[in-house]
Order: sequence, then structure tokens, then C-alpha cells
Amino acid sequence: MVDFYENNNANVHRGVHTLALEATEMYEQSRECVAKFINAKESCEIIFVRGTTEAINVVAYSLGLNDLKEGDEVLISLMEHHSNIVPWEITAKIHGFKINYVDVTSDGLLNIQDFENKITSKTKIVCLSHVSNVTGVVNDIKKLAKIAHAHGAIILVDGAQSVPHMPVDVQNLDVDFLVFSGHKMLSPTGIGVLYGKKELLQKMTPFQGGGEMIKDVIFDSITQSCNISWNELPWKFEAGTPNICGAVGLATAINYLKKVGMDNILAHEQALTKYAIDGMKNLSKVSFYGSIDSNKCGIITFSFADLSSHDVALLCDSYGIAIRSGYHCAQPLHQIFKLQSSARASFYLYNTIEEINRFLEVLQEIQNF
Amino acid sequence: MSSAVADYITRIEGTCGAGSDIVVVLKFDKKDQALEKILKKATLKNTIAGVIYDLTYEQSSFRFYASGKIIFRGVENKQTLNRIIDALLL
Repeated sequence: MVDFYENNNANVHRGVHTLALEATEMYEQSRECVAKFINAKESCEIIFVRGTTEAINVVAYSLGLNDLKEGDEVLISLMEHHSNIVPWEITAKIHGFKINYVDVTSDGLLNIQDFENKITSKTKIVCLSHVSNVTGVVNDIKKLAKIAHAHGAIILVDGAQSVPHMPVDVQNLDVDFLVFSGHKMLSPTGIGVLYGKKELLQKMTPFQGGGEMIKDVIFDSITQSCNISWNELPWKFEAGTPNICGAVGLATAINYLKKVGMDNILAHEQALTKYAIDGMKNLSKVSFYGSIDSNKCGIITFSFADLSSHDVALLCDSYGIAIRSGYHCAQPLHQIFKLQSSARASFYLYNTIEEINRFLEVLQEIQNF
Repeated sequence: MSSAVADYITRIEGTCGAGSDIVVVLKFDKKDQALEKILKKATLKNTIAGVIYDLTYEQSSFRFYASGKIIFRGVENKQTLNRIIDALLL
């Protein structure tokens, strides 16, 4: 990124000077890199956005413009991050479609029976997280996508917690949209990805207008208005100057992750998680939330008897250990767990067994407090 | 809150998900001075020395963290919080 700003920085798809062409080349190469990383058919299926939240908003607002209307239904689970709830609630109020929520079991697993009961011919889109940001539980997206498609619905998958941590293949999963953020995968903040199947993106109307996303804006002196035609994919959805350096940074991060190997990253995280859970089971004041035995990524959500999650986080912070506290932007799931908040430890490729040992020592100290 | 007390504080924020808990973030270079003042006025219930101090003042319980953060719980409103902070830090 430093190299980009020092040597190649310019706006993309506009100028004809050397810097502009270099920047454009690097930006589009980054798109290619992302496409290969998730096995998209074509790079035009990759839209650069600010992050997962913006990606979901793009889909919710764009589908709302033409495709979702009164009588239609959107199916969401109660384990979703607020970013996969709120955009749908807002657009439902504008366009009059209905949202149905799939229940989650007391140990944080998607209730498949409830999913099958609630999906109907009225369901136009199913919106699910691949991995819960609260519990780390992995949903069987391939199976759920199959069910969605059998009912004529499309599926949007929130991959914010899966794409950084495990191999994700959009063609194998057969998902229609996949969204994720760069900042959760060693990349800078402010860059993320909306993957969409080409045929769907082509039919969708962009909801953000501006430079770059249009082919023509021609003023008609008779009607005193402008006739507008959209640019081709993917630029149709990238209004204004994009986060060029962010895209370059994301591609650099992806290349690093690929070098380590996504299978290796997943195995490492799962080993750390199991080790930490085994250690935490010895602490009588610790309670876990979400299944600790099922297929899950490197997330452990827990609470301490007599301590708020913020106390646990601040105590850990005093020893140089950063964990999250609160409801992690997933209040409905905390309602199911009957919790006001929880503490969440999460692991990535750079964490070590030694760090987990230190974490367990600190938890022991907290227990003794 | 008096301006003398405000000089100790960087930020005050509500905690996500935990009802009425409030975190007071102290200025890094003022936190030790603040702790000294607080320990003179509040009652110490429990401590991990140099890490956390579990305290009460009047009817309020709070925890002071050596990193310079104080969590107040169950404080009714901002006025009450300001009054307690004033009393502790003036």
C-alpha cells in the first residue's frame, strides 16, 4: 500500500496518463485476485464496497428498487449480525415486503426445521451468515442454498466470519450473493466485497448514482432531463471514486493468506479453539454460549459468574489481551441466550498456544478475584 | 461536572448490551492521580493490586482498572454520574 501511494496513486478508469493507467491496472488485478480467491466465474461478479454492511445495503436497496414488493418475503435468521437485519427492516418498510425470522436453538444452531417451515414460494431471498460472529458456529450453506433454490428463492450469505477463516468457493456452495470485509482478513479497513452471480447483478438497478457507474448522461433539451444508461458490470455498482488502495491492500492480504493456505488457517484456529475450550472447562465460573462441540471457527463466547462482560474484557485488557464484550451487534441472538452481553475471544492465524496459555492464566486470575 | 474534573476525562460512554453500565475513560497521564484521589474517598472492597480496584462510594459500586477506565454500574442518569465523579475527583 505504501508502494501504491508512493508510486502509482491516481484515480481509476478516468485519466489516460501513466499513473492513472497503472492505478487502474492494479485495481482491476485486485478484483481478479478476489474472484479467484472465492472461485467466482468472472471478475465482473466482484463489486468493491466499504465492507460487509455496505454490500448488504447495496443488495437490499437494489433489489428493493425493482424486485421486492408487497406480498414478497425475505427470510433471515435470528443469529444474524445487525448488518444483515437492519438493511432489510429499513427496505421492508419502504417497499412493503415481509421479513420472516428463522429460529435459533438454545445452543446457537440454526433451527433447520424452522427454516424449512418458513421458506415458501413467497420467499424471494434468504439471508444467512456462513459463520456466526457470536458463536463461531458454521452453517451448512450448501444445503441451505439448495433448499432456497428449490423454493425459487435466491440466497445472500454473510461471509464476514467465514471468508477470512476457511476456504470458500461460491460455485461449490452455489450462493447468489456473498459479502465480506477486508479488515477481518489482514486487509485495511474500508474495503469489502459484494460477490453476485452475473445474471443477477445484470438485472439489478444500482441504488447509488454518480461517476463511474454510468455509461451516458445525455441532456435532452426537449424534455429538460437527462437520459442515463448504466455502465457495465462491475462498475455499475461502484459509484464515485473507489477505495483503490484498499483494494490493492485486500489483494495483498489475500495473496498472503493463500500462501499460508486457507485449510491450514482453519485447522490452526480450530486447534487453538479446542485447546482454549478444554482449558476454560476447568474454570467453574465460566459459562459458554453456543455449541462448543459442533463444527465451528475460532470464536469462543462466554461469561463469568458475577462479572459483566465488560469487566472481563477490561481485566483481560489489563494483561494485554484484547477480547470483545457486549452483544457483538447481534442482540436477537443474545435475547435467545437470555443475556445482556457476553465476552468473546477470537483467534486467527497469528495466535499461538502460548497466547492461549496466558489467556487461561488470566481467566484463572479473574476467577480468583 | 466541574471543569477541573473534566480535565481528568477523555470520554464517557455507555456499554453495549449491558443496560446501565457506563465506562469513564481517563486521560492516560492523569489516571494514577485520579486513582490516588478515588482511593482516599471510596471504600475498597477487593483488588488485584495494580490491575483492578473494586470500590463503592455512597450507593454506587464501580471498578477502577489500571488501564485508566472506570466502570460504573446501575447509575440512574448522567447527572448522578457527574455528581459522583465530581465528589471522587475534586
